[in-house]
Amino acid sequence: MQRTLFDADMELFRDQARRFFQEEIRPHSEAWRAAGIVDREAFLKAGEQGFLCMWADEKYGGAGVSDFRYEQILIEENVFHGDPGFFMTVHSRLIAPYLGTFGTDEQKERFFPDIISGKKILAVAMTEPGAGSDIAGTKTRAEDKGDHWLLNGSKTYISNGILADLVIVAAKTNPDNPHAMTLFIVERGMEGFERGRNLKKMGLKSQDTAELFFDNVKVPKANVLGTEGKGFYHLMHSLVEERLLSAAGNVPAARAAVDVTREFVRERVVFGQPLSKMQNTRFKLAALDTEIEVAQSFVDRCVEAHNAGELSPEDAARVKLFASEVYGRAVDECLQLHGGAGYMDEYPICRMYQDERINRIFAGTSEIMKEIVARSILD
Amino acid sequence: MSNQSNAFADPLPALLPRTVFESEHEDFRRTVRRFIAEQVMPHHDRWEEQQHVDRDIWQQAGEMGLLCLTVPEAYGGIGADRRYSVVVLEEIMYAGASGLGWAVHSDIVAPYLVNYGTEDQKQQWLPKLVSGEAVGAIAMTEPGTGSDLQAMKANVVEDGDDYVLNGGKTFITNGYLSDLIIVAARQGDGPKGAAGISLFLVEADREGVEKAKPLKKVGMKAQDTCELFFNNVRLPKATVLGGDACLGQGFKMLMKELAWERLIIAALSVAGAESALAHTLTYVRERKAFGQAIADFQNTRFKLAEMRSEIGIGQSYVDQCLALELERNLSPEAAAAAKYWCSDMMNRAIDECVQLHGGYGWMWEYPVARAWADGRVMRIFGGTNEIMKELIARSL
Repeated sequence: MQRTLFDADMELFRDQARRFFQEEIRPHSEAWRAAGIVDREAFLKAGEQGFLCMWADEKYGGAGVSDFRYEQILIEENVFHGDPGFFMTVHSRLIAPYLGTFGTDEQKERFFPDIISGKKILAVAMTEPGAGSDIAGTKTRAEDKGDHWLLNGSKTYISNGILADLVIVAAKTNPDNPHAMTLFIVERGMEGFERGRNLKKMGLKSQDTAELFFDNVKVPKANVLGTEGKGFYHLMHSLVEERLLSAAGNVPAARAAVDVTREFVRERVVFGQPLSKMQNTRFKLAALDTEIEVAQSFVDRCVEAHNAGELSPEDAARVKLFASEVYGRAVDECLQLHGGAGYMDEYPICRMYQDERINRIFAGTSEIMKEIVARSILD
Repeated sequence: MSNQSNAFADPLPALLPRTVFESEHEDFRRTVRRFIAEQVMPHHDRWEEQQHVDRDIWQQAGEMGLLCLTVPEAYGGIGADRRYSVVVLEEIMYAGASGLGWAVHSDIVAPYLVNYGTEDQKQQWLPKLVSGEAVGAIAMTEPGTGSDLQAMKANVVEDGDDYVLNGGKTFITNGYLSDLIIVAARQGDGPKGAAGISLFLVEADREGVEKAKPLKKVGMKAQDTCELFFNNVRLPKATVLGGDACLGQGFKMLMKELAWERLIIAALSVAGAESALAHTLTYVRERKAFGQAIADFQNTRFKLAEMRSEIGIGQSYVDQCLALELERNLSPEAAAAAKYWCSDMMNRAIDECVQLHGGYGWMWEYPVARAWADGRVMRIFGGTNEIMKELIARSL
């Protein structure tokens, strides 16, 4: 179905984005996968194009454009023409907004120019061994030492963990209140801040995911982000957008899986006819195509609602849940239609299949999404 | 967390008592389990990195009597029944030792020789397969032909006392380390379709045999699956499996043991699901979320109950198929149903197990992540599940 979400200016922006991903990102994909990490240069290049933190104020180097559709275009073009391990969106639209919303003017002046140019890369450190969606289970703590905070603990599964120059770390700051968390901006080079291994994962091989360790890190008071003790609420603040980001990427990724499969089944001949002429193939792909169309239209509607400031947590949960499940079904069916070839790394569907699996887990598992929807209709 | 790499999770007691095995099978199971724990798993990560197992694990397994269990004593084996094979395969899955290509070697390649080999061929190859001195592979699939064997292009042309083999094969399990490859090829001037296919015993060191490097795959990363190329390989006529009388009989020979080969995948699938469930049970009991163990959430309990039930049902069906296989009465449809249903069930179960692990399930150091990646091929190899459905449908 014709999408009505974008205007003519946005289509020009899409062309620019496509050229960028085709020329500056995709050609490096193989090397980055082998290295387990993207090159920092990629962030600088994205910064030069003005693609990082477009929403940020012009006085810091942003474009002052908070319209979600621009981010959506970048996400879609990265899916089709870039590399799934290039977590530009996580930097721009997931983490930088914490600073935009809760940072002081001094912090913004100090950090934003480098964040927007891509010189400094961001990560957020919430998850710990044993605490995923249940942020209240956090063990990392910080003690008030008068002129600074003393940070101790460890975090895991941190996206951009190896590349990150600035890490927003959630730590408990009141032993008596498990919900009293504070956010700290920890900078590369601070004494006692160490990185663990770049973790081996099922997929997203070019994406650096790491453990981080904080051993008596002295964090200046000027690096407290937001209100002391309110870190938990600060982290919750952007969950709606985080889930929409996830859904906005999952649907085109499902579409990309169907696209490579359409090509494959038309070429591959079995029992004297192209696989695309077999009824099973036709029905599976028709059903997926339909689900993807439906999902895209729901995503686009949610984007409109979000731009109007009206996207509810339930709808964000619904769209994240549905988009990631459609994506999961799509890569699984599409791999199956490839037969043995689908199991081999040289076929794009093989990587798509492995990259997909985390999407039903991160940014809140499907179970958490269901719980949110359930609360809204049952409690 | 206890779910570290290479940890072994004991499978749960079967939901229905398994009656197909005798006590000697269970004694043998302990031997296999110890061997895999001590000789295989400590190396498995490294094998994944190098994309193949160490060559000497084959000899070690041979010395322990773990290879080619059904080969008759006259050829160096012990002439055991196929339940012993199933014990080995189950133990491989429980441990997650997916680099071991023993099913193909012991339970597919060796039976071809036992069933069809000439006396000389049996004498020449079976003792070496039993001892692990030779690694066996079978080369049927070609780029562009999977289950559709009749479209095969590899061919031989008669030239004096020899046949000259040309063609390419792909997705060959044990291909990189193989010493003996059973190659399916058609006679260049022979009839098209199924009738022209013959099987050849090709030594990997013959001139013109070229092994590509192991393929990168979703999972089974320590398994040396690769492409093989045959470029004017001269094969003495004595290398036709079964001798001249068997020329052109290849398709029939490939079909004969298909029920068994599919039962193998069904058995592997049930064991793989059991293993994932065992690891997941440990995890959900330890891991707390929102103040309670994940095991206490109703969603977790119901998912685990579903898995436990489906595994039990699958196991029962597989065991009954195995009992019939021992009498050589397993029908192709029953085996196709076992392969398709059990491999689907396994993939559903492991996907849920990953989900219950949350972020940990995405990390390679957790057995469930590897099981997810390893397990995906079960719905594809040995005939895709679509082919299984087609076979069952035809019988209707």
